[in-house]
Amino acid sequence: MSDVPTLELRDLNTVFDTRAGVLRAVDGVTLSVGRGEVLGLVGESGSGKSVTGFSIIGLIDPPGRIASGRIRFQGRELVGLAEPELRRLRGRHIAMIFQDPMMTLNPVLRIDTQMMETIQAHERVSGAEARSRSRDALGQVGIPSPDERLSAYPHQFSGGMRQRVAIAIALLHNPALIVADEPTTALDVTIQAQILAVVQKLASERGTSLLWITHDLSVVAGLADRVAVMYAGRIVESGAVDAVLDNPMHHYTRGLIGSVPSRNRRGHKLLQIPGMTPSPLDRPAGCAFRTRCAAADAACETEPALTRPEPGRELRCFHPAHGAVAA
Amino acid sequence: MAGWLVRRLVQAGFVMLAMSAIVFVGLHAIGNPVDILISPDADQAERARAIAALGLDKPLWEQYFFFLRGAVQGDLGRSFVFNEPALKLILGRMPATLELAVTAVIMSVLVGLPLGLFAGLYPNSIAGRTVMAGSIMGFSLPGFWVGLMLIMVFAVTLGWLPSSGRGTTAELFGVQWSFLTRDGLRHLLMPALNLSLFNISLVLRLARAGVRETMPLDYIRFARAKGLSPRRVVFVHVLRNILIPVVTVVGLELGSTIAFSVVTESVFAWPGMGKLIIDSINVLDRPVIVAYLMIVVALFVTINLVVDLLYTVLDPRVRLGGRA
Repeated sequence: MSDVPTLELRDLNTVFDTRAGVLRAVDGVTLSVGRGEVLGLVGESGSGKSVTGFSIIGLIDPPGRIASGRIRFQGRELVGLAEPELRRLRGRHIAMIFQDPMMTLNPVLRIDTQMMETIQAHERVSGAEARSRSRDALGQVGIPSPDERLSAYPHQFSGGMRQRVAIAIALLHNPALIVADEPTTALDVTIQAQILAVVQKLASERGTSLLWITHDLSVVAGLADRVAVMYAGRIVESGAVDAVLDNPMHHYTRGLIGSVPSRNRRGHKLLQIPGMTPSPLDRPAGCAFRTRCAAADAACETEPALTRPEPGRELRCFHPAHGAVAA
Repeated sequence: MAGWLVRRLVQAGFVMLAMSAIVFVGLHAIGNPVDILISPDADQAERARAIAALGLDKPLWEQYFFFLRGAVQGDLGRSFVFNEPALKLILGRMPATLELAVTAVIMSVLVGLPLGLFAGLYPNSIAGRTVMAGSIMGFSLPGFWVGLMLIMVFAVTLGWLPSSGRGTTAELFGVQWSFLTRDGLRHLLMPALNLSLFNISLVLRLARAGVRETMPLDYIRFARAKGLSPRRVVFVHVLRNILIPVVTVVGLELGSTIAFSVVTESVFAWPGMGKLIIDSINVLDRPVIVAYLMIVVALFVTINLVVDLLYTVLDPRVRLGGRA
């Protein structure tokens, strides 16, 4: 049992049928998250990170659909699973935290309602017990006087506090996996650090696996065990977080790292990746990054195969770079 | 909260005062009731006596002042035609209209809300599209014509329902009501349906728009990600949010349904206030018209107040009195 990864995606394709054609949001993604492991899924807006997250939890609504591939959760296949079965997994074994805490709680329902319903959707427990468990969960994520706060409405909380509530809800059933979709993006930097600390502590205490979706490399550096870099619906590079950040091989990864401001490089111009993410309807054939890549040549017009340049690392590039990104 | 209520009541007083002045001046501008009320072959002395008896010989401002003094004491004048207090006349007809309007509004919610939820959840299904197409008819078909068609089909051709009157009534709180007897309900059904048709479409479209707007929001996705049943997501998370606009509109529509049920009351010979006001306008029975409009204004003000209070129940972010 212990060698079965908590989550395993194999060649996942999630597409949206639009009038302009089939939009391939997730294009052959393969990744795995071990028990208790934190995987950072990094990429810019529109790279398919969030759609990957929603695919895992089974919340892809029409016109979207999972066209092919496998999603294995603790060895169990989720693709093609009936909706009631998926619903039993959702919130109980796989939880999700969203990006904007101002939008994730229903504004007209009290916190206790929104927490207790999560417990009672999966377990037959009395209202009193559900309430006391909700109160404990609020306490664990660091909300002061949880007893009173239970009867409050979402608008009476700050953004950071709301995200704590959302995390408390996600942790109610001790899920094996939490899909966190940029949960700190909408928060102040100081609050961001607090939220990260709370999640890190609770997840490691309970052995919860995390799929942490973000565009913020500094968050990944502090939190994740491994990182997968996503570009235009594909994973272009993955590996242990230190290895990838210290020695990025894909030119896109290097671009991402180069565009993070650093104290050591004051006064220098920030590097930019030229151009924009290609439209998912009109991706260049071969390596999708080649139109923006300085190292691209004719070879890049065919799809680069997955290679393992080092143990534990995977890469899709014909011209891997070496060494740290120049300061 | 108490301060808010007092402020609202004072505002309501001013609204009613302004309304009374406008109505008073307006009615004097459109015609002289004496011409209609007094027989043309009456002699000069008779005419003068009648005018004096109705209080129409005094200047306008004095008549208005006289009216206000009476109004404060609950006397809105005597009908020229029936020689009865106007207020009593109207209140006597009010239960019939109230029961018709309230039934119509209840029907519009009971029918419109479920259909709207359905059309919002399945916007591309054939049934959903049919519901939406049908709602266009509810908007655009004129009420009197639908009323006539209802009578044609259900009263004349099929003979299922009676076409006019209130039927047997029963007493409750000293007032006669139709909805308490089986026969009365049969009489109530058709006019109420006729009156509710527009509101059914309105509620339906509002509910549909609300569902379409709410479903893709993050908090609904989050609710689904928690593993809640679709029933709970729709009937608790979605419904609570779309009730806010629905309550506003239903509240306002209740007011206008009561005030303007004239057409339906005429078609179905329903003895309510609408019939009375039309007759009174025809003979320029000023006190009744003024009193009727005052009551309608009071009704609107009250309904708005109730809607505002309901808001605080439905939407916790609303705090009356402007304090956070």
